[in-house]
Formats: sequence, structure tokens, C-alpha cells
Amino acid sequence: MLGPSAALLGVWTVYPLVRAIQNGHLRCNVTGSRCRDAGWGQYLDVFTSDDFQRALGVSVKLALLTVPTGLVLGIGLAVLADKHLRGIGIFRTIFSSTVATSVAVASLVWFVLLQPEIGVLSDLFSQWIPQLKNPGLLRDPDTALPAVALSSIWASLGFTFIIITAGMQSVPRDLYESAFVDGAGGFRRFTNVTLPMIMPSILFVTVVLTTRALQTYGEVALLTGGGPNPQKPTTTIPYLIYGDNSIIRNDIGLKSASAVLLFVISLVFAVVQFRGFEKRVHYGS
Amino acid sequence: MSRAAKVSRVGPMARVRLDQISKTFGEGPDAVTAVDDVTLDIAHHDFMILLGPSGCGKSTLLRMVAGLEDPTAGDVYIGDRRVNDVLPKERDVAMVFQSYALYPHKTVAANIEFPLKVRGVGKAERAEAARRAADVLGLGDYLRRKPGQLSGGQRQRVALARAIVRDPAVFLMDEPLSNLDAKLRGDTRAELVDLHRRLDSTFIYVTHDQVEAMTMGTHVAVLNAGRLEQVGTPQEVYDRPASVFVAQFIGTPPMNLLPPGMLGSSSVRVGVRPEHLHLSTTGPLHGTVRQVEHLGHEVLLSADLDGGLRVTARLGVDETLPGVGDAVAFAAAERHLHRYDAVSGLRLEDRSV
Repeated sequence: MLGPSAALLGVWTVYPLVRAIQNGHLRCNVTGSRCRDAGWGQYLDVFTSDDFQRALGVSVKLALLTVPTGLVLGIGLAVLADKHLRGIGIFRTIFSSTVATSVAVASLVWFVLLQPEIGVLSDLFSQWIPQLKNPGLLRDPDTALPAVALSSIWASLGFTFIIITAGMQSVPRDLYESAFVDGAGGFRRFTNVTLPMIMPSILFVTVVLTTRALQTYGEVALLTGGGPNPQKPTTTIPYLIYGDNSIIRNDIGLKSASAVLLFVISLVFAVVQFRGFEKRVHYGS
Repeated sequence: MSRAAKVSRVGPMARVRLDQISKTFGEGPDAVTAVDDVTLDIAHHDFMILLGPSGCGKSTLLRMVAGLEDPTAGDVYIGDRRVNDVLPKERDVAMVFQSYALYPHKTVAANIEFPLKVRGVGKAERAEAARRAADVLGLGDYLRRKPGQLSGGQRQRVALARAIVRDPAVFLMDEPLSNLDAKLRGDTRAELVDLHRRLDSTFIYVTHDQVEAMTMGTHVAVLNAGRLEQVGTPQEVYDRPASVFVAQFIGTPPMNLLPPGMLGSSSVRVGVRPEHLHLSTTGPLHGTVRQVEHLGHEVLLSADLDGGLRVTARLGVDETLPGVGDAVAFAAAERHLHRYDAVSGLRLEDRSV
């Protein structure tokens, strides 16, 4: 009975992973036409290289910019939409809509909004944020990464909203009513009932958002191309691996090694988050 | 907060009065009337049971006293105060939910302390009050546990402790025993009665279980389809059911209700409880035995009367019993007959037929 799923996992997950780990030993020439085995030491070489370290820093920074903000905004919207008001369904649909939006579309939307010459945001807010016009958020090395994060947060908001809303709907009404009779106001009910009861959802969203942030490629490729150069403040690890402008784009060995390292790093993040939440997560009663 | 001080403050205040309360959910053609013009006066330190089948509006009534629902019409008074527009926390009530509604992420101690915490009671005082409440309910050893580590009965006690820790004027309980097994339910009934005796508070208790109503309540209010059928002491309600509904709802097995015309005039339905029906060769009710159930201390004998109606008699084990299929005749003493109007279903006061 396990046959079909084992086969699928084997072909699509296990084999590529094993191949990637194998390929991570290779070191290739400039055109990528000839490769030789460089041994396990290559992983350490890659990890300690300036390019990888810089990309790791960018990826982590991106995670720090997107995950907490996305989580807070998502929970905030879910709380707003949880009210039993007439017409609230429309807002639920709007808030969840970004789930159905691909990274490419989201990036295009933000690219246009932030475009310095014709972008709406540039026109509206350049008074307060002059970088919007000159040189443009995506072209200024200081603001490029936050601008990518903005697009990324927006694109993930629907996902966060849906998961948190579902979590909130599974909280027994009795708990709120009991707290209400006992004298707890709205804020206390939120901190004493809602938040602890949706911790499993929050953990899930945190792990998924972090993994997504560490794997950010599409936004970077479409919005900045890893630039602006020469600082490359938006070259994330995935962009270092796949990007058109990446310096290792022809070296299958270095790319594989970076990908395996990214996998390990994501794993470490997830484990740390699970551990950190352990004490606070209660599944059911 | 000493108990003595509390008594003098709250004493006469714990009377609860419902004045022509109605509650309708929804609007227009979809509207459902859950409670229909109920007037009920619950004295201070009463143990009032709201009894009825599911959907009769008893929980809605309780929730209106708690302040979780607003009445569509009518007034709710706690003490001398009209509380329609008063928030639950200012009504001096505590509620125990059927699900217990414990916070799974908080320890037993933190659960019990919670109502005091939201009232800004200091940490030390809170812990002391929680410990006392826990001791009253035998939870002293479990204060550090989480609800998930407790049995159903222990969780139920935590819910009770969380209610008594506030020392409220009125306790509201919504089927608190329905999730316990039969043995525990019996024990807890006795404990609740004991708790009521020790506290100077008014209890309002919702249940569909007539045994709970009979054994715990000082008064029982029987509800049916949102309307109040009868209020009285458990014995009054059992001895003189005010309507056909009450007659059949209270008592196990239920009262035998004969069709109009069988015994007496055609506008009258006569009822007789199984324990008042006895075998008598000269009795007026003739039938065929269908079932004989020996329960050890008594025998339940069911028979189909000649009109087709199934009646049940509760008989002693020493009696000479007929077998299944035998013809029998039943009689009942005149003082044990209940008479109801065949149309309205209301009790006809005792006059000889």
C-alpha cells in the first residue's frame, strides 16, 4: 500500500536530494563543461565564502523583515474579520485574495506601484520618502530589500490570514463567554483566550513564512535581479543559486552545495522555532 | 474578602426576577422564539432548576441572566437592580458551562485565579483565594496541573472552583454534570447540594435530567417550547403536575395518560403514575400483559389496554405476577388520579368525577 507514495517520494524528493548532495562535491570550469570531485570540504568552502555569507545575511534579513510583520498584520486582519458584522464576507474574500495571486503577478503589481516614473506609490508618497522618485525604492541599495520584503509580505498575507482565521474559528465559543462573564474585556480575551488557543496556527505560519522567506527567489528575480549592483543587497541564497546575474550560474557543483546548505539552514530554523514554541503550543484539551 | 462580610453585603440582593421575558432569534419569517413570556421569581439562596427537553429555552433563559444574551422583551432583575443593560461582569454572577470552558494553556491554579486577576486582585490574595477554593473542592494537589492532565470529574471541579472563587451572588450552571459518567454524576449531585448549603448564594441550574431536578433543587421550573409550564418544589411538581407535558416529562417510567373518555367524561384525560396502578380483578382497566421487567426491588409490568394504549405499573416483587400474554385488570385509588383538560392539557383541580 505504501508503494505508490514511496515511489513518488523517491522520484521527486529523495533522488533529487541525494543527487544534490552528490553534486555538491563537484567543482566546474567557467563554462560548466568539465567538473571534478572536490570532496566534502567544498561544503565548508561554500559556507565560508563571502558570496554565500552575504547571501545568507540577505536571506536572514529578509526573513526578519517579512515574518514578524506578516504575522502581526495577518493576525490583525483575522481579528478584524472575525467580527460578526454584515458584509464581513467581502472583506474576508479581499484579505484572502493574495493566496490566489502568484509571486510573478504580485511582483509585477509592486514593480509597477513602485516604478519611480509612473508608479502610483511614487507619485503619492515621494514628498515624505524622496527615494521613491530618486532613484526609486528598488534601485536604492538601502531600500531595495525592504521594498522586496513589502511585496513578499503582501503576497503572503492571504495565506497567513486564512490559516489564522481558521485557527480562530476553532476556538470554542464557551471560552470567550466564560471569560466575558468573569469580567475579561476584549483585550484580555484576546491575550488570554485567542492568542494561546491559536498558537498551533501561529507556529505553523511562522515556520512556513520563514521557510518561504529563506527561499525567496521570484520577487528578487523580477523586482531587482539581485541588485542594485555592485552591492547586491537583494541577492538571497536562492538567487545566488539560480539567478541570471549570479557569479556561480555555470557551476553545478557550487549551486548544489549552496542548495544543500540552504536546506540545512531552513531545517535549523524550523527546529529552533518548534523548540521555541514547544512550551506555548497546546493542541486541543 | 471574608465570607461573613460578603453575606451581609449581598444577602437580600441575590433574588433573581425574570419579568415577562421573551427571546427571539432572527427576524421575519425565519425568526425562532426560544423563550416566550416567562415570568419567574427566584428567591435568595434558592436552588432553582430550569428543567426541560433540549430546545425548550432553558439555556437561553440562563444566558439572559448571565448577560450573554439580551432579552427581546421583558426585564431581568438581580437583587433590586434591573440588569438588562448591565455587563455580565457587573451582575455579580458566575457561570459554569457544560463544557467547563477551562483554559487549556493555564494551570488549574491560573484557571481558578483568572476571574480575580481580571478584577485586579493582587497576586498573593489571588493565590490564597484560589487555594481555598481548590481545597473546598478537593483539588489542592492538582493546582500545578493543566486541565488536559485531569479527569472529567476533576475538570468539572476546577470549573466549580473558578465559579466559587469569586464569591458571586448568583451561580449559573448549564448542565454541568452531563459530561460525567453515572457514578460520578451521583456523587457530584450530593456535593453541589452541600456546596449550596455552605454558600450564601442563589443557584440557577439548567438540566434536562429530572433526577438532578428532583434531588438537588429547592424549586423546579419546567419549560416546554419556550414557555413556563410549572414552578414548584420538586415534590409539588411530581405530585401535582400542572399540565400533561409536566406529567409525562417528570417520573420514570412516565405517568400513564389515558385517552379522553377512558375513566370519566370525554373532555377529561386521566393520568395515573405507574406506582399507583395496581392489579385488581375488579379494576376498570383491562388489558394484556406485554412485558414484565424484574428490577430486583420492584417489577415494571407493561400491558396493552383494550383500547391499544400501553400502560406501565410499578409493582412489588412479592406480588403474584401474571405472565406475558395473560389478561389483567388494573385499578387506582381516586386520590391518585390526575385530571387534565382534554383540549388545553391543563390540570383540572381536584373535584370528584
